[in-house]
Amino acid sequence: MAFNKNARDHYNGVLQDIKDNGLFKEERFICSAQDADIFVEYPSGAPQKKVINMCANNYLGLSSHPEVVKAAHEGLDYRGYGMSSVRFICGTQDIHRELEANISKFLETEDTILFSSCMDANAGVFESVFNDQDVLIADRLVHASIIDGMRLCSALNESFKHSDMEHLEKKLQTYQDKRFRCIVTDGVFSMDGDIAKLDEICRLAEQYDAMVFVDDSHASGFLGKHGKGTHELKGVLGKIDIITTTLGKALGGASGGCVSGRKEIVEMCRQKARPYLFSNALPPVIVTAANKVIELVMSTTERRDKLEENTKFWRKGLQTAGFDLVEGETPIVPIMLYNAKLSQDISRDLYQRGIYAIGFFFPVVPQGKARIRTQISAAHERHHLEKALAAFTEVGKKYDILGKGKKEITEMYGL
Amino acid sequence: MDELEQTILDYVIDEYIEDGEEIGVESPLISAGIVDSFSMVSLKTFLERRYKISIPDDKASPEAFDNVKSIAQVVRDILG
Ligand SMILES: Cc1ncc(COP(=O)(O)O)c(C=O)c1O
Repeated sequence: MAFNKNARDHYNGVLQDIKDNGLFKEERFICSAQDADIFVEYPSGAPQKKVINMCANNYLGLSSHPEVVKAAHEGLDYRGYGMSSVRFICGTQDIHRELEANISKFLETEDTILFSSCMDANAGVFESVFNDQDVLIADRLVHASIIDGMRLCSALNESFKHSDMEHLEKKLQTYQDKRFRCIVTDGVFSMDGDIAKLDEICRLAEQYDAMVFVDDSHASGFLGKHGKGTHELKGVLGKIDIITTTLGKALGGASGGCVSGRKEIVEMCRQKARPYLFSNALPPVIVTAANKVIELVMSTTERRDKLEENTKFWRKGLQTAGFDLVEGETPIVPIMLYNAKLSQDISRDLYQRGIYAIGFFFPVVPQGKARIRTQISAAHERHHLEKALAAFTEVGKKYDILGKGKKEITEMYGL
Repeated sequence: MDELEQTILDYVIDEYIEDGEEIGVESPLISAGIVDSFSMVSLKTFLERRYKISIPDDKASPEAFDNVKSIAQVVRDILG
């Protein structure tokens, strides 16, 4: 109970610094289900406003899909609310194993183990599989949860310049004396929406005898012809040794994650991964709903096809309007603004026009690379995208940034 | 600039610098966001392998590793 004045003053000081630096994060309350149209109370206490959501990870629009919701109800009805146990004591139901088998089938891997989140999967996997005789060589832009997981592992934490295959090759050459080498990358990088060169990575891995780890959280369910992910798109199905991914984005959006890949690695996680051993099993509602999600994505590509169409329409629309985009093909479409305040101002103006899209700035992205990251969904209908496009164009005109690139925008607004 | 500083500077440029940015032995690395605590490991490992030394964690602080000059000093101190 000794939360004394010093402690209180200290934390208030730190929080004030965060505010003074313009980095204070505030939650906006959504008073409806996750979808293309949402009702938002912002700022806190303001009347609810209907807006188009342009920044959810709800890529396939399954977060509130009636069949998924129905499957969740069935889980609740037939397998109860909670497990009150970790998996290996009495927390594994038939449906948990079924989901692991379904994910393996979908991703075309040997086996799968569920975690409470992909953050947990990334926290547990490295430490379970590697030790101080090994080296992990990670792309410098991998997700924070991977960096945390690597830090928990005694293997040497190495890195290579983002998507720089020459640099990676040099690193692989340097560490031929290690017992195991593992190349670590995101499939799709969440801030720029660019795709890892998994084909080249796999070629280097073969040449230099290295394993490959991919976090496919922003690809599972929609990238590749059948939506299996980056490994499908890049033609390396079956070649990725360790895939981690989340059920919290395209695949229903509730929560849960997994490690999927070589069966020995999955088994090592079952024996040793601390977030698996010491944290509660996923609740039945999520498991039965996720089983339905996998069934849906395996039975038809309709949703990922619609997402692809929507993405093309959106990218082309923004480009034609004259926005400075990060080029790419994924539904993560960042609009570069460079200046942090500009990204917040534009986000606020969009909100006034019924568009929910958040500004990202340091430390989430590097200094001087502030942006609005839009994310397209199969839940978007053409009218949503047309309305959003009109609003973006209006705001772009207001700030006079259309047709301008980094140099001109930073001349006007600073870095 | 002595040979040690030159070696470290060359490595830093090769390892971290993108789009031809120019840096010198006193340019801030970590506080300028060129190197972060995660990517710093490769620099530390490079020095340890190259000079056959072991740099204790308290010597590899973000302050001590903030520019080439002070990194060179850390190496010199250990080499004795
Ligand atoms: C690449 C990547 N990995 C892991 C995660 C964490 O996933 P989860 O929400 O399941 O913990 C995220 C989500 O932000 C992510 O973008």
